[in-house]
Amino acid sequence: MAITKEEVLHVARLARLELNDAEVERFQGQLSAILEAVGKVAELDLSDVPPTSHPLEVSNAWGEDVPHTSLTQDEAFANAPERDDDHFRVPPA
Amino acid sequence: MSTTWEPVIGLEIHVQLKTATKMFCRCRNGYGGEPNTQTCPVCLAFPGALPVPNRRAIEETIKLGLALECTIADRAIFHRKNYFYPDLPKAYQISQYDEPLCANGRLVVPTADGEVEIGIVRAHLEEDAAKNVHVATSGRIQGATATLVDFNRGGSPLVEIVTAPNIHSADVAKRFLQLLRQTVVELGLSDAELDKGSMRFDVNVSVRPAGSDELRTRTELKNMNSFNFAAKGIEREIARQIKIYENGGTVDQETLHFDPTAEESAPMRSKEEAQDYRYFPEPDLVPLHPAPEMIEGLRGQIGELPTARIRRIANTLSFYDADVLVTGGLDRLWAAVVDGGADPKEAANVLANAFVATGINPSAVNPEEFTKLVASRSEIPRAVFDDALSHVGDPGFSAEPYVAQKAVSDASALEPVIAAVIEANPGQVEQYRGGKQGLLGFFVGQVMKETGGSADPRVVSELVREQLGA
Amino acid sequence: MSAGIDTLRLTAEEALALVESGQVSSVELWQAYRDAINEHDGELHAFLTLVDEPDGSGIPIALKDVISTRGVRTTAASKILENYVPVFDATVAAKCRAAGMTLLGKTNTDEFAMGSSTENSAYGPTHNPWDLSRVPGGSGGGSAAAVSAGLAPWALGSDTGGSVKLPSAFCGNVGLRPTYGTVSRFGVVAFASSLDQVGPVTKNVRDNALLYRIISGRDENDSTTVDVPPIALPEGTDLKGLRIGLPRQLNEVEGIEPGVKAACEAALAKAEELGATIEECELPLSVEYGLACYYLVAPAEASSNLARYDGVRYGLRSEGVDFREMVMHTRHDGFGDEVKRRIMLGTYALSSGYYDAFYGTAQKVRTVIKREHDALFERFDVLVSPTCATTAFPLGAKAQDPLAMYLTDVLTIPANMAGLPGLSIPCGLSDGLPVGLQLVGPQFSESTLYRLGHALEQAIGFDVVPERLR
Repeated sequence: MAITKEEVLHVARLARLELNDAEVERFQGQLSAILEAVGKVAELDLSDVPPTSHPLEVSNAWGEDVPHTSLTQDEAFANAPERDDDHFRVPPA
Repeated sequence: MSTTWEPVIGLEIHVQLKTATKMFCRCRNGYGGEPNTQTCPVCLAFPGALPVPNRRAIEETIKLGLALECTIADRAIFHRKNYFYPDLPKAYQISQYDEPLCANGRLVVPTADGEVEIGIVRAHLEEDAAKNVHVATSGRIQGATATLVDFNRGGSPLVEIVTAPNIHSADVAKRFLQLLRQTVVELGLSDAELDKGSMRFDVNVSVRPAGSDELRTRTELKNMNSFNFAAKGIEREIARQIKIYENGGTVDQETLHFDPTAEESAPMRSKEEAQDYRYFPEPDLVPLHPAPEMIEGLRGQIGELPTARIRRIANTLSFYDADVLVTGGLDRLWAAVVDGGADPKEAANVLANAFVATGINPSAVNPEEFTKLVASRSEIPRAVFDDALSHVGDPGFSAEPYVAQKAVSDASALEPVIAAVIEANPGQVEQYRGGKQGLLGFFVGQVMKETGGSADPRVVSELVREQLGA
Repeated sequence: MSAGIDTLRLTAEEALALVESGQVSSVELWQAYRDAINEHDGELHAFLTLVDEPDGSGIPIALKDVISTRGVRTTAASKILENYVPVFDATVAAKCRAAGMTLLGKTNTDEFAMGSSTENSAYGPTHNPWDLSRVPGGSGGGSAAAVSAGLAPWALGSDTGGSVKLPSAFCGNVGLRPTYGTVSRFGVVAFASSLDQVGPVTKNVRDNALLYRIISGRDENDSTTVDVPPIALPEGTDLKGLRIGLPRQLNEVEGIEPGVKAACEAALAKAEELGATIEECELPLSVEYGLACYYLVAPAEASSNLARYDGVRYGLRSEGVDFREMVMHTRHDGFGDEVKRRIMLGTYALSSGYYDAFYGTAQKVRTVIKREHDALFERFDVLVSPTCATTAFPLGAKAQDPLAMYLTDVLTIPANMAGLPGLSIPCGLSDGLPVGLQLVGPQFSESTLYRLGHALEQAIGFDVVPERLR
């Protein structure tokens, strides 16, 4: 199945990926070929098959409500592109 | 023939749980820390960090689900809700989608006109976003701003409660919210303080011709931080929609930002593109299968709920008094005072008025001492009573010293004072005897002044009338 | 060669014995590998970051650069994490440290482990030690090349669709993709959460079992981990009673090279001699639909897992007038093409209107694959096939054709979708290049895989040192 240029742009916006025209063109072709291949899953009759979102049958994994030691501010900001005193700073949202 | 319109209201409430730690990491949950001091690789979404659910948050949600008569899911899972924002470090919120912990419940809301049952579609668990602060910056670009982010709150556990759209008046919506708040507070889940944001709610409003069961376009009201504002905002929105329909117009689906000082609610800026949250099962977490023993254990921790208590107390008092006492969290104190021999109605009045005005937390009050104080209310000077009331929440409060300051009601002690006042004010005596009965208060006031406020004003009043009437 | 240590042949078990007996110090051993790196890594480019001081008392290890190491740069071979230095250790890194291991450095990989050749690294490809003009396989080509060329006694990789098994096959190593949930993912830069699993890359099967023992086990920081049954160190060559199934669709896959087929058949003949029974079987749906299923599930999860790279808390930040534009520029500049393709593919598969047809359907196909394998394990202990239909291919051969590259993993993916363990062992050469044999068992059957792998290793007598380095 083919994906349109508009769909490529829509998906890229949803995923917050800026694309230039050449990239849109390139990805449109590649994604169409890949979607064609993965669309194969539609061939199977899966009406009575439950989904598997997890390979193991595990449940009730949780932690007790007991605080651990948090990071220091310096650790929290160690990799920050922009620190403003004790906040992370970003362009206006 | 003009149409009668029926409002259709649905509520979506978020309650922040007061667990010791966050929903998916064990950083401390709660306010107070310097910005970005309650963070870790998980709540900062460092590469490779993984969520671990908070067991207590799960239990508290189930407890609330039980209180709301929900079905507790045999299997519940978490989903990811994907969107980008500075306060959402993973760029997805871990929430619940089509397999929530609690579903299909109800909360019965007593009203003056009888009980109204509000359906609970679901109650689910999710994590809160962090805190953005939008600031203006100085610099070349006028009006440019920046966003500062504090991740301390990011990841706090939130319970989201969604009602069925079967609320049909602003008053019932308000009562529902008050009752729900009282329920979560009593269950110990949350402080549910509107001004601190630990309880927040959105309201969906539409109207339809009475008798129809269609669902028309609804608008969403956000940012209402008091129950009275909610009622006011809903009323206003209902009126706005009715006016639009009666003028032949259509209502747009939009989100309105409630501003209590404005006449109208302003529409919020619409998003650049339609939201597509791409929900899918959170692969970093495994399903929850609450064991029946766990559920029964939690059920056992739930006491008599507010609705039942309003119903019970309304047998003794009016519905209004019962409602005020219960939703104000005052009824347990009231019951103790009544058990101690106080008059039920008088106790309710004291609690609902004078006591509430003090702002004291009812749970801080020793009921025994409080009972003594209320019992002697009519016998001690008002000023003494008020003073005592403002201290009932103090640790170790004793009513004794206040009760000891009983008002003087002994006629033999008061008569000489009254005689002196009469003698000192011949002009007023003249006027009173000439028919100006309103001067009685003047004489009582003079006597109270002379006795330093220790006299019982009712007794003084009787004696003054006797002496002047002679 | 330092201090008479032949890093090309020394196994980790032997190295450990040397250190424990005091014959060689931990520092000397580390230095011997460091010397080998200095000598060979210029042509191989197996490492992205080197550590300059040994920090333990045991034997060295190399870690794939998706494993967070406190204080040591961790890039996932992406520009977006070029300068990212974790403030915490991944659980597997911490376990290696706790076992006294000294870190040599971080190995090259396809960006975010997305690829089958290590050519998608933002820092340039790794070369295959057996033939420098060929790829080492991917995504963990750096770890495999390092072990194969004697630059590390052992290493850790991560396997989502075959990223441990395939490079191990191409470089003549033993590589385990463990049962899903037996090794912690905490601190491992996520690609696809329901598939990612860290595994050992070693010179022989016993080393592999030793390292798997160290890194496996339930981790309270990873909700998807479980307790792991004891792992037996393989001894001897007796395979009596072992039932081997040969899935026809894997062993006769389209495009299989004759030399690969011959090496695998020879190995199977040895297994039969050692007492195993061998029977052909069918795995039709898993092979036919596995790849399509994988390329829906993995990109969908990846699209969400990689959303956190938004330039807020760490990593690259590009300019933008507002938050949205900054994020779009950052992700444009920071991610390579293959990562972008998978993010877009995954976003599409999860988006409104396509979820059911793509992601939802793929989840069901996953059930089909799991059931098909389960049924075979009623009759067989191990399923055997080539790890890849070909030997290492030339650099650049598939770089322009994403689909051709995806097909490289067609034999490793089905078992991964079912969460099954798979061991790749070298079983011979085809035109001078190593051939990998894939052993797949039911969940938690690692000890069985090691038993078979060890027996075959003894019987085959494969020389793990690349011919050009002997």
